[in-house]
Amino acid sequence: MTTPIYELSHLDALEAESVHVFREVAAEFEKPVLLFSGGKDSIVMLHLAQKAFWPARIPFPVMHVDTGHNFPEVIEYRDRRVAEAGVQLIVASVQEAIDNGKVTEQTGPRASRNPLQTVALLEGIEKHQFDAAFGGARRDEEKARAKERVYSFRDEFGQWDPKNQRPELWSLYNGRHHRGEHIRVFPLSNWTELDIWQYIGREGIDLPSIYFAHQRELFLRDGMLLWPNEHLQPMDGEEVFEQTVRYRTVGDVTCTGAVESTASTVEEIVEEVAATHVTERGATRADDRASEAAMEDRKREGYF
Amino acid sequence: MEMLRVATAGSVDDGKSTLIGRLLYDTKSIFTDQLEAVERTSAARGDEYTNLALLTDGLRAEREQGITIDVAYRYFATPKRKFIIADTPGHIQYTRNMVTGASTANAALILVDARKGILEQSRRHAFLASLLRVPHLVLCVNKMDLVDYDQGVFDAIAEEFRHFAAKLEIGDLTVIPVSALAGDNVVTRSANMPWYEGTSLLHHLEELHIASDRNLIDARFPVQYVVRPFSGAHLDYRGYAGQVAGGVFKPGDDVVVLPSGLPSTIAAIETMDGPVDEAFAPMSVTIRLTDEIDISRGDMICRPNNQPAVSQDVDAMVCWMGDEPMRPGGKYAIKHTTRSARTMVKGLRYRLDVNTLHRDEQAPTLTLNEIGRLNLRVTAPLFTDPYRTNRTTGSFILVDEGTNATVAAGMVL
Repeated sequence: MTTPIYELSHLDALEAESVHVFREVAAEFEKPVLLFSGGKDSIVMLHLAQKAFWPARIPFPVMHVDTGHNFPEVIEYRDRRVAEAGVQLIVASVQEAIDNGKVTEQTGPRASRNPLQTVALLEGIEKHQFDAAFGGARRDEEKARAKERVYSFRDEFGQWDPKNQRPELWSLYNGRHHRGEHIRVFPLSNWTELDIWQYIGREGIDLPSIYFAHQRELFLRDGMLLWPNEHLQPMDGEEVFEQTVRYRTVGDVTCTGAVESTASTVEEIVEEVAATHVTERGATRADDRASEAAMEDRKREGYF
Repeated sequence: MEMLRVATAGSVDDGKSTLIGRLLYDTKSIFTDQLEAVERTSAARGDEYTNLALLTDGLRAEREQGITIDVAYRYFATPKRKFIIADTPGHIQYTRNMVTGASTANAALILVDARKGILEQSRRHAFLASLLRVPHLVLCVNKMDLVDYDQGVFDAIAEEFRHFAAKLEIGDLTVIPVSALAGDNVVTRSANMPWYEGTSLLHHLEELHIASDRNLIDARFPVQYVVRPFSGAHLDYRGYAGQVAGGVFKPGDDVVVLPSGLPSTIAAIETMDGPVDEAFAPMSVTIRLTDEIDISRGDMICRPNNQPAVSQDVDAMVCWMGDEPMRPGGKYAIKHTTRSARTMVKGLRYRLDVNTLHRDEQAPTLTLNEIGRLNLRVTAPLFTDPYRTNRTTGSFILVDEGTNATVAAGMVL
């Protein structure tokens, strides 16, 4: 008989930590919600939430903050996955906020609904009186996020105050808050992009098809490969061409760029991610390029 | 691949951010867009060389003031290990941040400037690492290039530090001469210091033996959440979900549930991927028992012949983290494992001077960043082990019931 070594792999340790966070929130909060975009991180979150409560169903709903500018493959995936998990889907619609006159849409060829997401998100949280919202943000994504807690306190305006965060010790999370305030919870804080892909591979998690290499019509703008669609058209001089690409992140179709890639399986993507030299946000998100502190500023206002 | 959590401590001048930048850079964990952004900012500020510290200082105020405000987490991996670095600032609110970073760390990395030697803050950082029971301590004597890679300088600093560390409870201490700026002994061994016979910092961290640091003896399972599906296939299912805090649990084990003291037997240990033969820390699992007994969140499953202390009185070292001083006789919320209760500060035995280790028994209270020994009375019994034998069942936090701020980190004696 061999002596057991009692060691966990990094993926097992990360999984155990995330599952712990899900259970802690379900036990201590009255109305949690899981923010689900159909992107790979929120898909991994949903999978971990299922593990946390198995064989029971996930004891809280999921909410999609919908800019109305979606990849059709992602919406199809979202509806299918949510039905499989047997959870309730709430859609917080940016289009609705625009139609109700709550926000004004930017105009011009580089208009983005990204800043409006914050309004729809905070309205959704307020309307349903959620006191905890799980987000799929990871600390390796961006330098402002590197400073964020697993439990991130938000005041009644949904604001994050990076200079005044609660110390977070051991695995003892402080979720106390007053009425109207809430906590953003990030169970994937310690995961990296590579961990996410390795885990997707290990667990055999199904993803929207746009994450894998496919032929697509594109045009080049500000160094990003964008897909021409009903919400985004090339300007004069921006030529449309076909290329084999995949998406590294999934967001609003007007500001999410594709990357050149022939990786058509999770294994090939893991290899590609391990060898890559550009962060996923730098490569594929026009919204993060706005300024050195674009993410910090948006987060302060209540962004994901 | 195993995960290793490292807490770093040191001030701006010690070159800590540069050392982390070097580790990330040399292990190819920095992306070109991040590096280009740092190069642009460095050039705009007129820095003489690319300031790798900018890689870790992410907030607007940090870049403007050239300081680190808060704990930042960094990630990199080598083929051997995945590393999580909790990078804690050395100056503002040093204790609060270092304690936070050290609470989950397998190893603590302390930096000193070879030209300045051991400073008061180096001793303070070593003390905090020992207080938080970080099992491995690494002292990096940095800026060796500025002392001509002189062995004499290094030996004197190493000896002075070892002398001080002998007074603390530090399990494992390694001293490494490095130059973060030049890259000596950070990732690869340096040709500039042939007299140094040890390994590079990265190699040392890759090879650290951490398997023995966990407690595999005292079985502790704080019940976190009761799983009751109430659905067709699992109508009568009742499972106790939680994360193992110590020891090893196996199906068939005789157990006892605290606080009721009722005995039972483990029927199965389950996960969504199927049953497991054994569960150990830090696995998150669901335990089913053979008997239907009343168990709720905050209860603890352990072995009949190996139980934690069950008491409403707690004797502990605490690090005060609140902006308001501790209120002697005051009431606070306490969170210990999955148990939440209220507590009253019955007495401050002494305040500890973290620089001299002197005990001041006349101290009236504890203020921000101060450490002292408290007696607490809790509204419900806690199931504790000494922090020295279990960092999970031996730790707690205090929360101000008015502001909801986390005001103290506690370690049971």
